[in-house]
Amino acid sequence: MDTILTTPEMVVEDRARHLFRVSRHAFTDETVLEAERRGIFDRCWLYVGHGSEIANNCDFVTRNVGARELIFNRDRAGVVRAFLNTCPHRGAMVVREKKGNALSFRCFYHGWSFNVNGRFASRFDEGNYGKEHYGGGCADLVQVPRLESHRDFWFVNFDRNAISLSDYLAGAKDYIDMVADHAEAGMEIVGSGQQYVINANWKLLAENSIDAFHGFPVHNTYFDYLKNIGSLRMEAGAGHFGASGMTDLGNGHAVIEYASPWGRPVARWVPSWGEEKREVVERLRAGLIQRFGEERGTRIAEFSRNMLIFPNLVINDIMAITVRTFMPSAPNKMTVSAWALGPRGEDHELRKLRLFNFLEFLGPGGFATPDDQEALENCQRGYSNMREVGWNDISKGMPRQGPPMNDDEEQMRCFWRQWRSRMGAGL
Amino acid sequence: MNGDAGLAPALRSDPAALRGRIEDFLYFEADLLDEWKVEEWFALFAEGATYEVPPTGSDESDSASSLFYIADDYVRLRERVVRLTKKEAHSEFPRSQQRHMISNVRVIAVTDGVADVACNFVTYRAKRGVVDTYYGKHLYRIDCRTEPFRIRSKRSILSMDMLYPGKLTIIV
Repeated sequence: MDTILTTPEMVVEDRARHLFRVSRHAFTDETVLEAERRGIFDRCWLYVGHGSEIANNCDFVTRNVGARELIFNRDRAGVVRAFLNTCPHRGAMVVREKKGNALSFRCFYHGWSFNVNGRFASRFDEGNYGKEHYGGGCADLVQVPRLESHRDFWFVNFDRNAISLSDYLAGAKDYIDMVADHAEAGMEIVGSGQQYVINANWKLLAENSIDAFHGFPVHNTYFDYLKNIGSLRMEAGAGHFGASGMTDLGNGHAVIEYASPWGRPVARWVPSWGEEKREVVERLRAGLIQRFGEERGTRIAEFSRNMLIFPNLVINDIMAITVRTFMPSAPNKMTVSAWALGPRGEDHELRKLRLFNFLEFLGPGGFATPDDQEALENCQRGYSNMREVGWNDISKGMPRQGPPMNDDEEQMRCFWRQWRSRMGAGL
Repeated sequence: MNGDAGLAPALRSDPAALRGRIEDFLYFEADLLDEWKVEEWFALFAEGATYEVPPTGSDESDSASSLFYIADDYVRLRERVVRLTKKEAHSEFPRSQQRHMISNVRVIAVTDGVADVACNFVTYRAKRGVVDTYYGKHLYRIDCRTEPFRIRSKRSILSMDMLYPGKLTIIV
C-alpha cells in the first residue's frame, strides 16, 4: 500500500507528489467530534447572527451556537449583547421563544428576572437572600466571553483570550465588505430563514459550500432549468476583467470567485426577468460602478463568490445571497440554519425577485441544494467502507502552475490545513 | 357557501356533495403523487397556478417578503416536475417511495365556483432505510367549474418547527 495511506495522521499533504489526503475517520469518529468541540468550536469565532435580526432596542433571538444555547439581543440602550441562555439559579433556559421583543427576561421555573442587559432584576423580601448573593454578578445572566462584529455580522467566541475578530477574519473582511456594500442603505436578513437537518458530517458541508468542481455533475438539472426558462447567461459580461479563481483568506477561510451563469438581483439581469426589470437592474449596476469604480463595481455586480469562514460560516453571494451556518449534533448529523440577505428597504418587486431567485437553487426545496444534501449523505454512507477504503482525495489542482482555479480543491485544502493545526495534539 | 352560482346545479345547494367531489379530487391527486405520475399531477393545475411551502415554525405568509422553502409560479412548478422526471435529480434517484394521507377536509368558502379548501396531511417518504415524515395543512384554491377540477393554488404549511427530514424534494 502507498505509504501516504498508512500514516496515523488524519490530514496528509505531500506537496512534492501533489497529494492531499484526509482520513475518513475525521468524518465518523465520536472522539474527533469531541476534539473539534474543544479545539475548534470552543476557540474559533462563530457566527451568531446579523444585527438586522435584532434591529430595535429590546429585540432578541435565541440561537444554538457552538453547542451552547444563546440569547442574542439588543438592550434598552441599543447595545448588542450575547448571553448564555441559562438561569444562574438552577439552570433552566430563561428565554424559550425563537425571537421577540421584551423589556426583561423572566425564568419561568422560579421567577428570577433579568433586565435585557443581563442584570438580576427580581426583588425578594429581606431574609430570602443574603447580601453576598448579589455580589460579583452571581445572580446576573452570564455574557458570552467575547462578542464582536464586522459590518453588522456578529460573532461570539468562548475563548476569552482569542485574537480579535478583525485579526481572525483576516482577508475575509474584504469579501464581507463586498456583500455589505451591495446597497448604501445597508443589508438585512429577510424573514426567519430555513432550518434543516443533514445526516452527514459538518465538514462535508464546509467543503461542499465552496466546491465548484461538483457544480455541473451535481446540478445539471438546475442548469437545464436556467436554459429552459432563458436565464442562462454564460458570457462573463465583463470580458476585459477576469476575477475567476480562488483566494486563500487566511486562518482557514477561503473564497472562490467566478463569472456568473445566472442572474443576480444585485445587478446582473437575465432575459427571464423581463424588459421592465432590465432598466432597473442596469441602474443598480451603474450605481455600484459609480461608488466603487469599474473593477470592483463590476465584480460586485456580475461575479459570484462562495466564501467559507472557518469553521462553519458560509456567505455565498451567488444568484442571491445566503448566509449559512451549521453545527454538528453527532459525527453524522448537523443542523443547518440558512438565511437570505438583501438590501435594507429594497424595492418590493426586487425583493420578490431576489427571494424567487434564491429558491430556484438554494434550500431544501430548491433545484440544487437537495442534490448537495444527497451527495453529502451518500459520502457519509460511503464511509462505512472505511476500514478498506480509508482516505478522501483533495488533490485537484496541486500540480497547476500559476494561481489556483475556482474548480480546483485548494480552498478545501485551506480549510483542512487550519483544521489540522487547530486539532493539533488533540489527535 | 350554499347557492354559489358558479357551481354546477347539483352541487349548488348540497355542501356534502361538493365536499365529496373535492375529497375525491384530493384523493386522486394524492394517488398520482404516490405513484410518481408527476406530469399528470401537474396537469391538475390551472394555468397561472402557484405552489408554495412557507417557512417552518413561523407565521410568515408572503413569499415576496420572507424566505419560503418553495414558492413556485406556474412555470417553475412545471420545471420542478420536469426535473423530478430526470435521473439527474439525484436526491430522488433511485426514487423514494411515498404515501400521501389526507384528512379533515373542509370547504371554507366558495366564490364564483372557486372553493377555498383546507385539509390536514401526513406524507411519508422512504428511501434507503430512512422514513421521513412530513405533516401539516394544505390550503387549496380549487376551480370547481371545470371538469375535471383545477387547482389555482396549493400552499402546504408544515406543522414542524424545523425541517427534520432535511430535503423537500417530493411534493408533499
